[in-house]
Amino acid sequence: MSYEDTTDDSLVDQRPTAGLETATTNSGTGRTIIEAEDVNVWYGETQALHDISMEIPEQQVTALIGPSGCGKSTFLRCINRMNDLIDTARVEGAVRLRGKNVYDDDVDPVALRRKVGMVFQKPNPFPKSVYDNVAYGLNIQGYDGDIDARVEEALRSAALWDEVKDQLDESGLELSGGQQQRLCIARAIAPDPEVVLMDEPASALDPVATSKIEDLIDDLARDYTVVIVTHNMQQAARISDKTAVFLTGGELVEFGDTATVFANPESDRVEDYITGKFG
Amino acid sequence: MSGADITYGEVSDRGTAIARVVFLACALVTVLTTFGIVLVLITGSIPFFREVSIVEFFTSTEWSPIIRPRSYGILPLLWGTMLIVVGSALVALPVGTLTAIYLSEYANRRLRRVLKPTLEILAGIPTIVYGFFAISFITPQIQRVFPETGTFNALSGAIVVGVMIIPMVSSLSEDAMSAVPDDLRNAGYGLGATKFEVSTRIVLPAAVSGILASYVLAISRAIGETMAVTLAAGMQPNITFNPLEEIQTMTAYMVEVGTGDVSVGSIGYQSLFAVGLTLFVMTLAMNLLSQYIRGRYREVYD
Repeated sequence: MSYEDTTDDSLVDQRPTAGLETATTNSGTGRTIIEAEDVNVWYGETQALHDISMEIPEQQVTALIGPSGCGKSTFLRCINRMNDLIDTARVEGAVRLRGKNVYDDDVDPVALRRKVGMVFQKPNPFPKSVYDNVAYGLNIQGYDGDIDARVEEALRSAALWDEVKDQLDESGLELSGGQQQRLCIARAIAPDPEVVLMDEPASALDPVATSKIEDLIDDLARDYTVVIVTHNMQQAARISDKTAVFLTGGELVEFGDTATVFANPESDRVEDYITGKFG
Repeated sequence: MSGADITYGEVSDRGTAIARVVFLACALVTVLTTFGIVLVLITGSIPFFREVSIVEFFTSTEWSPIIRPRSYGILPLLWGTMLIVVGSALVALPVGTLTAIYLSEYANRRLRRVLKPTLEILAGIPTIVYGFFAISFITPQIQRVFPETGTFNALSGAIVVGVMIIPMVSSLSEDAMSAVPDDLRNAGYGLGATKFEVSTRIVLPAAVSGILASYVLAISRAIGETMAVTLAAGMQPNITFNPLEEIQTMTAYMVEVGTGDVSVGSIGYQSLFAVGLTLFVMTLAMNLLSQYIRGRYREVYD
């Protein structure tokens, strides 16, 4: 294979702002759905996030970018309280979902996670059939409507229906990596959450599968608010409406419209990061 | 320094060759012992089956190879073994499985580090001690509830064997559940599953092959268990549904004959081999089944 044929865009295009031309802007509703205020997170004695405040708009794609260890995934996991599962993690501050602080005493994290779906870095389908994977959330949430219809709808929304409609009874583990990840997206959206969190959903996938996931994220933002962690800046530029840049130490250094953040960052450190001087 | 001068390859090859022979010899010891046992059981059983037809052996409901009128039906012994197996499984499978779920999903790391070895100590207690525990403690408790219970009874044997095999179920099942990747748990939590739902509807099904294999191995152990059941359940061949009665398992019969004054070459002596062979075939079948389950139902995670 010669370099001319390569489809790996990291080789083709070194400019971090490239791809902005193709970025589609989701109009959104103009409302804020998630509001973080002075969020601090510790793992044991180590502080992973410092005073993070940001407002995430409804029905748009918000990308969280930054170098490894900058706390972007930690922040993502604050939104659906997945950090609760880590014994040593401690969260301070407020994360409001439609005005309600999810860290209030009367919020059940289980109920919260039913409203805030999550897609993980590595595709993690259950060792169950394709159908049962998608129906899982509906089943545990006691959904009493037409599960078949919801499964089909979710698989269609995840752009997977045509590929798996004849193998719904086969194990989800039989699918390819990219299909598995779209299955996980279908599983996350089947219960119709308000927000879909994605933690580097394409980092384990090949370029073709990655591009399918990116197209899908763009479509999802019509119905859902998407918050996506990525370490791929081109990807953030291509798919997101808003971009938050975290830098090492767990600080939010810049947050704003993706086009502005990439073309004209306020912070020199962010400019250094997105132009590839470090990270 | 030219490559031709380097001779260490030859030296290390000789070391490797010696090591290979030593390791092979050690491995052969176990293989040859197994073959030896099988050979002894088969050749020892042949004279017995010259006297007694296989049909009688497996269909007659009386077992009395030593005392006249003689009868050679292994069913009472099989029945005794089955009572112990079913009874101990009723104790060990639920308790062991729930213990495994607790250890793997609920206990924090520090507690697990204490609890798991403690449980495994149970597996290291000599079985004669379990038998003594059964007649000196379990049986009197049963007699308090059911005063007509004899000193030897199937229930006491089943309970004590059940306790004995709990660590096998809990430890192997816990290993299987701990091997389920956290990715799957996170997927469940991310969908709004409770800890109970994650444990029972994600982790348990994902670990089912290892759990079933642990059941089969534990049952195999119950089939072969000897001293505890001899002490607790007695030596009376008996086809009964009443667990408070005295019974005799295949293993207890072998203890009785093996330690008694049966003369070598008599039919009673020969019956030892026939019963031993039956026992061996049963436990072998269980072990093969366990291996099959583990291979057949294993989910492969990358």
